[in-house]
Amino acid sequence: MSGGELVVIGNGMVGQRFVDALHARDPQGNWRVTVLAEEGRPAYDRVRLSAYFDGVSESELNLHTPHDGVRLRLGEPATAVDRDRQVVTTALGEYRYDALVLATGSYAFVPPVAGTELPGVFVYRTLDDLAAIRAYARGRRVGAVIGGGLLGLEAANALRLLGLSTDVVEFAPRLMPVQVDQAGGAMLRRYVDELGVRTHLGVATTAIRQGPDGGVAALELSDGTALDAELVVVAAGIRPRDQLARDAGLPLGPRGGVLVDATCRTADERIWAVGECAAVDGTCHGLVAPGYATAEVVADRLVGGAATFPGADTATKLKLLGVDVASFGDAHGTTEGCLDVTFTDPATRVYAKLVLSDDAHTLLGGVLVGDASAYPTLRASVGGPLPAAPLALLAPDGGGADAGALPAAAQVCSCNAVTRGDVDAAIADGCADVPALKACTRAGTSCGSCVPMLKQLLDAAGVAQSSALCEHFDVSRRELFEIVRVRGIRTFSRLVAEHGSGRGCDICKPVVASILASLGSGHVLDGEQASLQDTNDHFLANLQRDGSYSVVPRIPGGEITPEKLIVIGEVARDFQLYTKITGGQRIDLFGARVEQLPQIWRRLVDAGFESGHAYGKALRTVKSCVGETWCRYGVQDSVGLAVALELRYRGLRAPHKLKSAVSGCARECAEARSKDFGIIATETGWNLYVGGNGGFRPRHADLFATDLSTDALIRLIDRFLIYYIRTADRLQRTAGWIEAMDGGLDHLRSVIVDDSLGLCEDLDAAMAQHVSSYSDEWRDVLEDPDRLRRYTSFVNAPDVPDPSITFTRERGQPVPVRDQSPTGSEPTNGHRRQPVTLGLPEVRR
Amino acid sequence: MTQTLTLTWTTVCPLDRLEPDRGVAALVDGVQIALFRTADELFAIDNRDPVSGAYVLSRGIVGSRGGVPTVASPLHKQVYDLRSGHCLDLPGVAVARHDARCRNGLVEVRLRQEG
Repeated sequence: MSGGELVVIGNGMVGQRFVDALHARDPQGNWRVTVLAEEGRPAYDRVRLSAYFDGVSESELNLHTPHDGVRLRLGEPATAVDRDRQVVTTALGEYRYDALVLATGSYAFVPPVAGTELPGVFVYRTLDDLAAIRAYARGRRVGAVIGGGLLGLEAANALRLLGLSTDVVEFAPRLMPVQVDQAGGAMLRRYVDELGVRTHLGVATTAIRQGPDGGVAALELSDGTALDAELVVVAAGIRPRDQLARDAGLPLGPRGGVLVDATCRTADERIWAVGECAAVDGTCHGLVAPGYATAEVVADRLVGGAATFPGADTATKLKLLGVDVASFGDAHGTTEGCLDVTFTDPATRVYAKLVLSDDAHTLLGGVLVGDASAYPTLRASVGGPLPAAPLALLAPDGGGADAGALPAAAQVCSCNAVTRGDVDAAIADGCADVPALKACTRAGTSCGSCVPMLKQLLDAAGVAQSSALCEHFDVSRRELFEIVRVRGIRTFSRLVAEHGSGRGCDICKPVVASILASLGSGHVLDGEQASLQDTNDHFLANLQRDGSYSVVPRIPGGEITPEKLIVIGEVARDFQLYTKITGGQRIDLFGARVEQLPQIWRRLVDAGFESGHAYGKALRTVKSCVGETWCRYGVQDSVGLAVALELRYRGLRAPHKLKSAVSGCARECAEARSKDFGIIATETGWNLYVGGNGGFRPRHADLFATDLSTDALIRLIDRFLIYYIRTADRLQRTAGWIEAMDGGLDHLRSVIVDDSLGLCEDLDAAMAQHVSSYSDEWRDVLEDPDRLRRYTSFVNAPDVPDPSITFTRERGQPVPVRDQSPTGSEPTNGHRRQPVTLGLPEVRR
Repeated sequence: MTQTLTLTWTTVCPLDRLEPDRGVAALVDGVQIALFRTADELFAIDNRDPVSGAYVLSRGIVGSRGGVPTVASPLHKQVYDLRSGHCLDLPGVAVARHDARCRNGLVEVRLRQEG
């Protein structure tokens, strides 16, 4: 069986992963795939469901990738499977199958107590559940969660974020009973207490009481007490959705779930089951990693492979209520004769336990609460020798945990089942950095917790991750920045003489120019600094392909008066400049010759314009939507904030260009999430996103902090920018900078929010220095004859304009003449203008 | 065999008009020249970037590669040997070089037409 009609029932995370995995193995589309989804939206990241309450939008959680030859039927759940006719029935029709994959997932288990049907009682499973919780929480004060496991604590955090005072009721004597032991649970509880979430352990809910308004009002507990609760979330576990299989007469597991063997096939050879609904050899797995493994097994089998389920990795690492919790292997020490090594530090609130074999040589499992930095290496070492002495491994900085000591079979990335051997093979095939390893092996592309290990494995393989800037400097940009800053060096010649070699080049000179500018070293065209600048910074304009320049005046926030618009129009008309609106809500004027730049800027500066720094690795623009001033949906003054931010950070030079935007409500019209730092208004403040960009590798910014006051927001952006400027590599945008950081966003948060490195005062001072010393670069040029002297066409014929710059007209505007150079010789790669085909592109479905 | 036609010297500008490690454009006998001053030498090459066809080499960053004095095209950063005119990144690509000297504080250029 390696082709035909394939029906997949369910489009959850595992269902989607199965479709992706099959598509990768069956690119010719021998299988025609139909996916029947119950929910009205395609697959989304249920693991990160709670991020919805942090302001992460539905679209960011989306996991669905459309593939050719795959039909997705949303909102069309399967109602029956007829095995004799090989047909799946829905409300809308029938689908014949040659192979059928059940990916129906789980449902939330609701304990049989009175009152669970009352208004205000919810489960925590789908985006619709969360939206309903959010809507019902409005105007209510007290909530409760039944269940103190992983999902229950997530739900408790959600209620807390919605402003509800929250109680958690857990039947077991500790929180997260499945993942952590008693001592770990106790440490976790200390964190939870501090957040104001009250926990009730070792008690059951006996009834849910109705209030006078008909909705839920209280919980009755088995110890006789009652808790006020205007909203209740039931998070008491999940059960496999096996009804379709049950009705079709397929055998089930002893505790439910569709019974499958290690190939994930049911008793019917045409029917398979993956994910949480599958009872593999009788056991259901409620985690995504084993689910993905089943998806890969079935995809492989459907193209004639021989994969079998490799066994479930139940290791878990998560951040609950801001606390790192990890559990792996035999966390509860059930192996006969096993030994525990534990570490408890009440001061830093860190708990760690390693479970070792009876000879203390083999790592069997462990629990980490409060600091899970050692998790990736420890989890990968399960079943093998300890990579270092136990106490060194448990020390909070995880100093002893190095991936280089792992055996080849150790799983480095559990999300995607990538072993150290796989990573080493990819390195041997030429992968020389983390992005290459991610692309080649998929390691690190899901939860990302193994990225530090990937770096260690590159190191262990001896792949020289040279940080040398160029042949003239052996150090990285970051190190060079520190040298310049700490030693107070302010000229390139001294820097290259004392810390480098040779005369510099087009790589190191602009880097040093940028560092000097970031450290506030006067005008960028003063003294020796001028010779370091790239041509754009040298002429404070953007070089175009024909040798002419473009001019972009700053229009903060995209807000401009009619008078200023008229001036721009007049300047463009008088100098015959091609005019285009940019993506950053400003106006770009093209076709200026060098000697025209001062004349153009004289007119602009007189009208109140300043340099827009479009030519620099610097803050470009802070885009905005119109905001609450006009917009009937706006909740904050996005234009006002954008203007304030743009004026604050104008002229700030950085390792790469910096873009920003402010949206006045969650509709996000300013596209702030595609920016290095983006701000989206909330009812009560601002959400800050960092690390987004468009360009070659588009990336959405990540939510960094929520509901900030304007002052708190600006303080965080100040620190973010200065820290970036000081520590990023050359031409590294904020996204790559954060991705390359050990600990990623969490580390960044600890540095600039919690001040873990004690840097914040210094960062704040550096930004204050920038703001107070800002001066418009173009005004400063116009006032200085020495600086103006550069703007000549020919040093010996300043009155002769460059004859090679000539224009023709297109759509009523001047554009460069192409294809012919005045000397008569052809440019070697001159592109001829091709006729434009007008018509609709062919759309492939 | 290369035939070199040598023209006369043209005075272009005072030496102090040139910033160290930076170029300027000059017009010599109707030809656009890129003129560079390094710490101890003067160099003249064609101003035309042979890759793009734009007249911009005078605006490139001056530096060194393995001890060779260089300029990088400001458009797409190909690096040229200021002494020979050869592109160090693209084999077979080169710019014409010309003679430059300083006399009595004045910079002079003489075109070389290699054919």
